[in-house]
Amino acid sequence: MVFSLAEAIPHAQSHVHAVLEGPDINRALIRISHEILERTKGGEDVVLLGIPTRGVHLARRLAGHIRQFEGHPVPVGSLDITMYRDDLRTRPARPLGRTELPADGIDDRTVVLVDDVLYSGRTVRAALDALAALGRPRAVQLAALVDRGHRELPIRADYVGKNLPTSKSEIVKVYLEENDGRDAVLLLKEDGK
Amino acid sequence: MKRHLISAADLSRDDALLILDTADELARISDRSIKKLPTLRGRTVVNLFFEDSTRTRISFEAAAKRLSADVINFSAKGSSVSKGESLKDTALTLEAMGADAVVIRHGASGAPHRLAGWVRGSVVNAGDGTHEHPTQALLDAYTMRRRLGSLEGRRVTVVGDVLHSRVARSNVLLLATLGAEVTLVAPPTLLPVSVGSWPCEVSYDLDSVLPKSDVVMMLRVQRERMNAAFFPTEREYSRRYGLDRDRVARLHDEAIVMHPGPMNRGMEIAAEVADSARSTIVEQVANGVTTRMAVLYLLLGGDI
Repeated sequence: MVFSLAEAIPHAQSHVHAVLEGPDINRALIRISHEILERTKGGEDVVLLGIPTRGVHLARRLAGHIRQFEGHPVPVGSLDITMYRDDLRTRPARPLGRTELPADGIDDRTVVLVDDVLYSGRTVRAALDALAALGRPRAVQLAALVDRGHRELPIRADYVGKNLPTSKSEIVKVYLEENDGRDAVLLLKEDGK
Repeated sequence: MKRHLISAADLSRDDALLILDTADELARISDRSIKKLPTLRGRTVVNLFFEDSTRTRISFEAAAKRLSADVINFSAKGSSVSKGESLKDTALTLEAMGADAVVIRHGASGAPHRLAGWVRGSVVNAGDGTHEHPTQALLDAYTMRRRLGSLEGRRVTVVGDVLHSRVARSNVLLLATLGAEVTLVAPPTLLPVSVGSWPCEVSYDLDSVLPKSDVVMMLRVQRERMNAAFFPTEREYSRRYGLDRDRVARLHDEAIVMHPGPMNRGMEIAAEVADSARSTIVEQVANGVTTRMAVLYLLLGGDI
């Protein structure tokens, strides 16, 4: 499976390995939906909050699956963490994503944060700070499509689509239909490493 | 984006849209119970005001505080400036205090430009003489966009004392960048000589321009700068260029009325017009805080 590399690593000679393709992603999401329902006793108080951009699409898909299985809708929102990042000063100011909470808010709910890739854990740390400014959930859980390791903070995911051992020099790219026109998780390695 | 915001002309179309989009997201924060963000923690913003101002200074102060920056307010009254200290020496003092941004209002056109050459931090022009007031133009554009959607092709009429108005100049430049069509309406005595080179139309007849306007922006008649006979009497000015109920009736249904404040009610704008549903005057104040947060975030939030 060969994708255009130019968009991923512009100047590097590299090769690509597709970790998840097409239906694999939805299979993983269906399993995570079942796990969420199991762990939260039917998902009564659950609020799914996606971290922009791709986490939001994943959260919406999870909510769709849960509604299919249980017949009741699950509130979905988005949580932008840009203003809470700890590495803002390493790059020019970034554009902000959207924070949109469900109408009933997050107080006393079980919030499941949804992100595409779990790596250093710093995004999740920022998300926890952002949450604290918005309300007081009863519990916060974390779902990630890919866990690629290399944590720099004491954070772990409750629901993982795919555990993917990587080296730090590799790049994990997630493509989603809603955003990129196709579903895939790619692992890009630079040659000679 | 450039490191300083001195003129609305410093902003490319992409820069301006980035500021407005950022303000859109930040506006959502003003609705929630905890309005503070940690983003500029440990950064210092100095408000350096050599001229009187309430809303602009408070607006910048609120914006910086909501982003967790430390704010130092400096007003010329009661400072070393009244003992004769020069702008440069004041700047060097601020520099030694480690200001990351200096928000400056000064009676002399060009003062922020000079300041930018002396300090390492970002300089934000909060009004200099009769030159520019870029954050006012940004909050006006933001207000128009919220009410009307896109600014592309919208017709904006700016009425009144253009000669002394930094708000008018910044608005003309920014609105042209954003694709709106601006018409200035004023008595010939209150238009600058250079107005022919500005990216806008000029008219002397308010009544003929009103029916096709989407926005009417009234400027304050700046009595403190009226050191010559620019018009015969206030009454005559108000008759020809004031926005009263009859003139508002000529506007189409969606058109809005703006004023940067402070207003002279009964002079350039009738009280009932200022308080009508078309008026965005109170919104402009609220939008000022979010727009200035966006500017401070984009100038100080990252590595430049």
